[in-house]
Parts: sequence; structure tokens; C-alpha cells
Amino acid sequence: MRRSRFSLVVDPVRCDGTGVCAELLPERIRADPWGYPIIEPGEVPDHLLDHAQRAVTSCPRLALTLVRRDV
Amino acid sequence: MTPPAPTGRLRSSTTISPSGPPVAAPSGSVRLLAGVPVAGQPVGLDDHLERWGVLPRWNGATFIEEMERSGLRGRGGGWFPVGTKWRAVHRVGVRRPVVVANGSESEPASGKDRLLLCQLPHLVLDGAVVAALSIGATDIVVHVPAFARHAVDRALAERRRRGLDPCAIAVVTATDGYLAGQESAVVNTINDRNPGIPSFVTLRSVRERGAGGRPTLVQNVESLAHASLIARFGAQWFRSVGTQGSPGSTLLTVTGRWPEPRIVEAPLGRPLGDILGLGTEAERSVQGVLLGGYGGGWIPTAEALSMPLSEEAARDQGSSIGAGVVILLPGGVCPLLEVSRVVRYLQGQGAGQCGPCVHGLDALARAMESLVVQPRARREGISDIAALCDLVEGRGACAHPDGVARFVRSALRVFADHAGLHLQRGPCPTTQWPVLPLPVAHRRTGR
Repeated sequence: MRRSRFSLVVDPVRCDGTGVCAELLPERIRADPWGYPIIEPGEVPDHLLDHAQRAVTSCPRLALTLVRRDV
Repeated sequence: MTPPAPTGRLRSSTTISPSGPPVAAPSGSVRLLAGVPVAGQPVGLDDHLERWGVLPRWNGATFIEEMERSGLRGRGGGWFPVGTKWRAVHRVGVRRPVVVANGSESEPASGKDRLLLCQLPHLVLDGAVVAALSIGATDIVVHVPAFARHAVDRALAERRRRGLDPCAIAVVTATDGYLAGQESAVVNTINDRNPGIPSFVTLRSVRERGAGGRPTLVQNVESLAHASLIARFGAQWFRSVGTQGSPGSTLLTVTGRWPEPRIVEAPLGRPLGDILGLGTEAERSVQGVLLGGYGGGWIPTAEALSMPLSEEAARDQGSSIGAGVVILLPGGVCPLLEVSRVVRYLQGQGAGQCGPCVHGLDALARAMESLVVQPRARREGISDIAALCDLVEGRGACAHPDGVARFVRSALRVFADHAGLHLQRGPCPTTQWPVLPLPVAHRRTGR
């Protein structure tokens, strides 16, 4: 069966480390010593997709993206 | 422009010279440099055609297959399979692709691209033309440092007079700086938008959207020079030297072996010690070997000299052949001082656009400096330096922080004993002038 997998990608040029994403999705994103996000590699589990989407839309720099990969 | 008429495969390892007899393929491992005059003068078009013959006309799709069979890997630093890249750009879209011959060579210790551009420009230009014909491009951009412009312009004028090339060839001067040769930075220079500064292209590569918004093949000039010989003598000839995974010969810029840096063409697969003419006695006088440049990695002398030179073997050692830089670090210098000086240079060469790189490389440079000048104040030993390497890796728009992390990690591994001495006894009493080459005046390239 085809299904979609999503992973989170941050554009490091756009990102200025506001830290909103790490606050909204601590399960997948933590902040480094300077406040920039460190994203857990790999696909976002289904139960976190809503939260991931919220983190994406809340980024004031539009630096966070959910990238879809069909498998 | 219509693609050239299919002419099929080459018959054997010979090609046609304009003056008559077929040109023989170089039989040894000296291939690109087989055409270099001793005096260091540029090879003009007549001498070039005399030596190598005219470029055979291949059917584009057939030649991409030939490139894949050759197994040539990119000599700009990434060692990515060239045929795979050509196929990817060839397939990508409806707009005509662009070929960029990249000769910006921003590794301070590398000189081989400069040699190719200034002395063997026609080998590079032939390679760019065969790449363009293969992927269906009608435009070529030669991206060169300012000092090589004259040589390339002159070579192009010679070719134009002869009506040699079926493509439009433009020359663009590279910006200064360590990141100027990075693929997306090159495209930005050509497009005159953020020249010399890399973009975040993970989501959309320059292969799809590059120079002028068109699919773009950015290929190092040495890779193109090899391609021009593969077009003449075939993949089988190319593979007759080298290893399964790294076929062919490669240009190395060697520093620390002879009084002056020297560029040599080496068969891949041969032990580095043989290439340099060094036996095990060198282990006493050489503290370590840097392979690949400042984005490459240090290898202990004994391992480096006995290692068959291939990208596979280099990666097993945590290094890479990269742009072909080989530096032998002599005795009497402090390796940590050398490394810390280069890390500070690399930090200053950052584009200044990604937070983790801006903050991380500065922290890394400061940590290395403290290991050099006040090591006994470091309660954490060197564990914080390794942690900083982990922290910056993979977090920039380009691979700059990854390269710095590899450089530092390998240094801490190879010079671990020396670092231990610093922590125990304090700074080195060395008075030696540093030996790792850096540009005389390096300027920040950031915005």
C-alpha cells in the first residue's frame, strides 16, 4: 500500500533561532546552545503530524518545512 | 542547435589527429600532464590538437553511458560519480541545461585547477564541450579565478578563430573566498545574486534550477579534462589505471615533500608512499598527513603512506582525497597551533548566514585556541571540542561546517598524544613559523 512519510527540514539560512518550533514540538526538536533547532532525523510519526504542522505554520521566518516522501 | 549526428562507439584507443596519423592513448598513469611542456608555458590550440587530435563526435546518450562505464568520480572534492550527474541533468526538464566548468579552486593548498586552466585550457574546454553535447546544453560558463582569466580568454579566442565549438562559451570571474567554488555559490556568482555565497538547495538542487534558472551541471575542471580523454580513448582505457571504486589517475598538490609544493599526476590505487617516493623512514620526520585539504582529514603518517590512494580507502580513514591536497606536516611545528590557525581561517570564511555555523565555528575556533595557548585551564580536556564538532555537523546550508568538523575531529584523533601533552604540560615552546598554507590576505566573505 502507498503511504506518505513526512520529515521536518529547517532552512538554516532563513532560521534565526526564535525557538518557537522547539517549544511546540519538543518530541522532535530541541534547541542548541544558541537557540537554533536540532531536528531529530527520520520520519515524523503519525501521532505527531498535527503538532509538526503547527510548528511549521508558527515559524515566524517560514524556515521549517514538512517534506513529503511517497513510499 | 541540433545534436550531433550519431557516430557510434569508438573502435579502439586511438583518435584522429588533424595532421594525419591516429593519436596513441597515453599508456602510463601520466595522462592529463602528458601534454605539459617542461617550461610551464600554456599549450596552444595547434600543439593541443597535435598531441590529442580533434574531439571525436559522440552521440550524447551513448557518451553518457560511456562516462558511467568509465567510473570517473568528480575531482572537485566530492568524488561524486560524473556519469550519474550528467544523466541526472540530462533528464531533468524541458529547458536547455547549462554546463559550468568550475575552476575556482578555493582550497588554499591546491594548485592543480590553476595548472589546468593556465597550461592545459584546451583539455578543460574540450571536456566542457563534450559534456554540453552529451546533456544537450548549448551554453557553457567557465568559472575561473581572476588570475586564470587571461589564459582562458586566449584559449577561447583561438578556438573561435578555428570555429571549433558548437556552443556559446562565456567566462565568469570567481569571487575570492573559501566557499566561492561550492556548487550553489558558483551558480549565485553566475546569476549575480549573492555572488560567492552558497544557498540552501537541499529541497531544489542547481541540477534542476541553476544558472539563469536552467538545469545546471557544475563540474570541476579536472573532471572535465579527464572526460575529454575518455571521449578520445574510451572508458576501458580510462579504467586501465586505478581501482574498481576510484578508476583513473588524479592530480595531487603535494606540500611538505619537496622544498616547493608540487603537482603530480598519480595512478589511483598506488600507495601514497610510492607516489611520493617515501619509505617508512619518513614516519619519523612527518607528524601526520592531511589529505583532501581543509575540508578533508588527517591520517597518521604510517597509515597514510601505506594506504592505497583511493577515495574508498581515504573514507575508511575518516578522510577524503577531496581536491587532491596532500600535506606532510613536518616535525618541529605544533600540530594543534597549525590546526587552530586554519580553523580560525575557516570560521572567517563562513558565509555568515546559518546560525549553527556562525556560532559553532567561532566556539570551535576559540576552543582550539585555548588548547594551544592555555591548555591547562581546560578542565574538560578535549571532550567539549568533539561535542562542538557533532553540534555543527549537517546544520549549515552548505557542507562548510561538516568539512571543519571532519578536519578538527581527525586532528584530535591523529594528534591525540600531542593534545595530551598540552593538557599536562602546557603550551608548546615552538618558535616555528606555521607551515599550513593560507591565502596571504583573507577577507570575510559574509554579507
